[in-house]
Amino acid sequence: MAHAHAQASAHSHAHVHEHKKRYTGIMDWLTTVDHKKIGILYLGAGLVFFLIAGLEAVFVRLQLMYPMNNVLSAQQFNEMITMHGTTMLFLAALPILYGFFNFIVPLQIGARDVAFPFLNSLGFWTFVFGGILLNLGFFTGSLPDAGWTAYPPLSTMYSPGEGMDLYSIGLQLSGIGTLLGGINFIVTIVNMRAPGMTMMRMPLFTWTCFVMSILIVFAFSAFAVGLLMLTFDRIFGGNFFNPTTGGNVILWQHIFWIFGHPEVYILILPAFGILSEVIPTFSRKRLFGYTSMVFATAIIGFLGFMVWAHHMFTVGMGAVANTLFSIATMLIAVPTGIKIFNWIFTMWKGQITFNTANLFATGFIPSFTMGGVTGVMLAIAAADYQFQDSYFVVAHFHYVIVGGTVHGIFAAFFYWFPKMFGRKLNETLGKIMFWLFLIGFHMTFFVQHWLGLIGMPRRVYTYLDGQPGWNEMNFVSSVGALLMSVAVILLLINVIITMRKPADAEGDAWGDGRTLEWAIASPPPEYNFKQVPLVRGLDPWWLEKRAGRKEMTPAEPVGPIHMPNGSILPLIMSIGLFIAGLGIMYSQTIVAVLGFGVLIVCMVIRSLVDDPGYHIDPEELDSKGVKA
Amino acid sequence: MVNRWMKRLVPFMAMMLFLLTGCDYELAGVLSPKGPVAERQLELILLSLGVMILVLIVVFVLFFTVIVRFRRKPGQDEIPEQIEGNHKLEVTWTVIPILLLTILAIPMVVVTFNLEDEAQAFETEDALLIKVTGKQFWWEFEYPAQGIVTAQEVYIPVGEKVVFQLTASDVQHSFWVPELGGKKDTNVGNRNINYLYLEAEYPGVYKGKCAELCGQGHALMDFKVHAVERAEFDAWVKNMLTPATVTADVEKGAELFDNTCLTCHAVDPGQLSVGPNLNGFADRAYIGGFIENNADNLAQWIKDPLSMKPGVTMPGFQNSLTEEEINEIVKYLQSLN
Amino acid sequence: MSHAHAEGNSIESLERRTLEGRNKILGFWIFLGAEVVIFGTLFAAHIGLRSEVNFGPSGSELFSLPIVAIMTALLLTSSMTSVMAIQAMHRHDAKGVAVWLAVTVLLALGFLALEIYEFTHYVHEYGFDIQMSPFSTTFYVLVGCHGLHVAIGIIWISLLIGQLFKKGLTVVTAPKIYVASLYWHFIDVVWVFIFTVVYLMGKVG
Repeated sequence: MAHAHAQASAHSHAHVHEHKKRYTGIMDWLTTVDHKKIGILYLGAGLVFFLIAGLEAVFVRLQLMYPMNNVLSAQQFNEMITMHGTTMLFLAALPILYGFFNFIVPLQIGARDVAFPFLNSLGFWTFVFGGILLNLGFFTGSLPDAGWTAYPPLSTMYSPGEGMDLYSIGLQLSGIGTLLGGINFIVTIVNMRAPGMTMMRMPLFTWTCFVMSILIVFAFSAFAVGLLMLTFDRIFGGNFFNPTTGGNVILWQHIFWIFGHPEVYILILPAFGILSEVIPTFSRKRLFGYTSMVFATAIIGFLGFMVWAHHMFTVGMGAVANTLFSIATMLIAVPTGIKIFNWIFTMWKGQITFNTANLFATGFIPSFTMGGVTGVMLAIAAADYQFQDSYFVVAHFHYVIVGGTVHGIFAAFFYWFPKMFGRKLNETLGKIMFWLFLIGFHMTFFVQHWLGLIGMPRRVYTYLDGQPGWNEMNFVSSVGALLMSVAVILLLINVIITMRKPADAEGDAWGDGRTLEWAIASPPPEYNFKQVPLVRGLDPWWLEKRAGRKEMTPAEPVGPIHMPNGSILPLIMSIGLFIAGLGIMYSQTIVAVLGFGVLIVCMVIRSLVDDPGYHIDPEELDSKGVKA
Repeated sequence: MVNRWMKRLVPFMAMMLFLLTGCDYELAGVLSPKGPVAERQLELILLSLGVMILVLIVVFVLFFTVIVRFRRKPGQDEIPEQIEGNHKLEVTWTVIPILLLTILAIPMVVVTFNLEDEAQAFETEDALLIKVTGKQFWWEFEYPAQGIVTAQEVYIPVGEKVVFQLTASDVQHSFWVPELGGKKDTNVGNRNINYLYLEAEYPGVYKGKCAELCGQGHALMDFKVHAVERAEFDAWVKNMLTPATVTADVEKGAELFDNTCLTCHAVDPGQLSVGPNLNGFADRAYIGGFIENNADNLAQWIKDPLSMKPGVTMPGFQNSLTEEEINEIVKYLQSLN
Repeated sequence: MSHAHAEGNSIESLERRTLEGRNKILGFWIFLGAEVVIFGTLFAAHIGLRSEVNFGPSGSELFSLPIVAIMTALLLTSSMTSVMAIQAMHRHDAKGVAVWLAVTVLLALGFLALEIYEFTHYVHEYGFDIQMSPFSTTFYVLVGCHGLHVAIGIIWISLLIGQLFKKGLTVVTAPKIYVASLYWHFIDVVWVFIFTVVYLMGKVG
């Protein structure tokens, strides 16, 4: 773990020779424990899965473009919607957000890395291999097909192929990575802030990382148990959800949604955090109502655990349960609304620049608010009896996820790209992409509110001809999906052409940076801060600039900087777990034992062999990039 | 200057155009309630929509004002005032939403409890009880008081309270007739039986849909609710209880049917079976829920149902019955009224 | 607040003297929070499903409280011995730590042996396996999950004893031992719940 020499005396490493393991090229990326590189890895892998999930969505919409279409069979369609939802939520959105958190949060709090760099790497590789496991169905011919919600008995007794096993074991594996990441962020934020950075001086992006991570720790653990139960029922003859022996299928629904609802707040809080960085920066004003924003974030996180059964209004829990959950759900609208207004008033009397990052950030506000208000409509239990499992729900959650999280992700991408890669993305391409995406997004999902209201259920592979309005609205919806695809392609082109340009961005790339990441080079040197900075208040970099300084005031003298060594163990451990997962799936005990054996051996090696890392001497310290 | 506004206006108008594509069509489903339950639910929906549109207007007006008025002008370099916040505003936009939510919460509580009470009171009240069993991929309806078992098309009397007792035999399904009211899940197993109160105010044939992903045939698991005047309902009951006479020209078909099809199907009025009870089949508009009920389709269905409806659990008989045999069975089925 | 405090033998105990140590301890508490949710979910499933015996034996027929009482005594004692180990650690008595940790492991092995005997007894005498009923499934998954945690703890603590001999009590090994003892207490608390909710309440029926 990287920190200043002042602590070296607290180590008893004197008897162990430290050395730097020199990895280069691909090995460097495979063994890295540097939060910046791991952040880029998360972004890359997340982007790949985002493209795959997007393609799955295009297939879904192509099938629904015409009534009684035959682009996909019913079975293939059920597989596509399952994979689209599962991949987007677990393998695209969350990892991309982890990518940003990994790269930026330590910089924002003035730290040199996260609390557990090794676990950080392990988290990434388990996510990758879990994602690969989940997608193996494309090669084995049996994909998960019971929806991302996997309700039994459909997902157990009535899905005899391997598809649902890939789901239960693949997500279990990638869930380990998510959990490790959550723990890592919490400890980093609590223990490793620079001197002067109290909790109430942390940037909102860091705050949302903190609250999101708490949600992850509690929600993903419940889901892990649910997946375990699903695995037991499917592979070991368990009876959790077996109605013929007395099991209870509703138990799955409760466990799933106790996870599933916090999951959506896990996805949206980071987007809120991104907005709270981008909008102030490009309005040249501080965030309006910082304290309220922090409390709103915390309340949303807390309430997020109290509302899960609004996904189960039609299950028959009774009027008391339904009304209680209904009221709790409506309450979440209050702190969310507080945030919307605070962003608007941040821009009030500001000087707004509408570059692509800010277009996506501000574009979030009307789109997400529309999604939020349909959420309030859905919260009304008796009305939800009509909405539930119809396209109205599909419209709602895409408005909040695409209009919300995805907009936030695109904003973050354009905003922090220069910090990560030393160059800004092309603005013209970016703006075209923004408008194409916006138009396509509304085209696809606005009509779906109407489709739900006139009676179209969700997860239907086709619809009968001759129902007034169905053909036209489904057609429009599908065209919008194609527009969004073009927009994403433009983004890819943008990245490719940008990476060919010279990396000459300034540290304070946008000129008006407020938070600590903008006080160092773009991209930052391996050790982030030559000297840990002294934080004097909220928006510490902005404060120093207004006081006329060109650099942060240091909180320590220059000295050797301790850095951790990379390690190949996380990759090997993840492969071991991957093998174990396959062994369990196919009931091959030896394979499973082998896989777990690899894991255990690696853990023992890691524990017994002390690796004290190495030091960077003051003479070597200069503003070098990530590839030091 | 004009160019700048055109650059903004055109995409905006394009967006609005697409927003409006939803507004052209006949009201149907939820928006066209044909009974008191659906009406009350639509009232709730419209109330919440109205309140939410108010919220949207406020947010949009503020938002568009801000993004237009406070753009950075060229040469504007002085740092704007860094405003920490405003306590009064925070209170305002906390309290007003709470008030708006209260306006929504009160009718929500009333209607939710009311609907539940209506559904649970069927034992003490004069309600028609119909047992619904969701199956992959069709619906079985049993009238315990009348001793009738039927499938796919359920008859109810207009203007009277009906309570559906909901369950499923294989996977989770959900029973939804948008024009009559919201849905309730048909849960598998005996511990989670649901009761759903619906009532039709006008006679008509209302579309029913399955609303829980249940496998390949989920999209095609349609059923129909026939709401008829009481007299007509009584006549229907009487008709269903009177088995169709087997005339000479369908005798062969009846015999083939008894030997081949009775393992899964039934034609006796009160008999439950693995497959749909086919009593009164000739009067049904659809085969398998959505295929037009005529001789050709019926023959094809018997030969190879999987080719017409994915995931269907009925086997095909093209290899075990001859063309003539199938036609005889079709003739027999078309006589069941 | 994120930097080291005084050096040498000081106010701060050995395991908290480094940032890595403090990070490990906080991280582990959070991990235990996740474990609370994991076991909580398993308990909820067990409580919800334990009446469904599918014509098989119920808890009152199966459970033998004397054996379970012995297992409880073993595990509770092992938790106490792990406390003694930490106290030795705070006295910088490396040998004492090793001894107390070894006793902890032995007691845990006793617990595990009895549990394995218990499970095999149920399977052979009653045919009571995972597949029999929802009750049997939740029983084995919940109690088995705990047993797995005990087994992992045994291996972990044994390895720590080994490290103690090789490297001694340092600012690197101290947090590991501390965290392992936290884990051990947690396992013990979970067992108290299992003993009460699964065995006692199950026996009463």
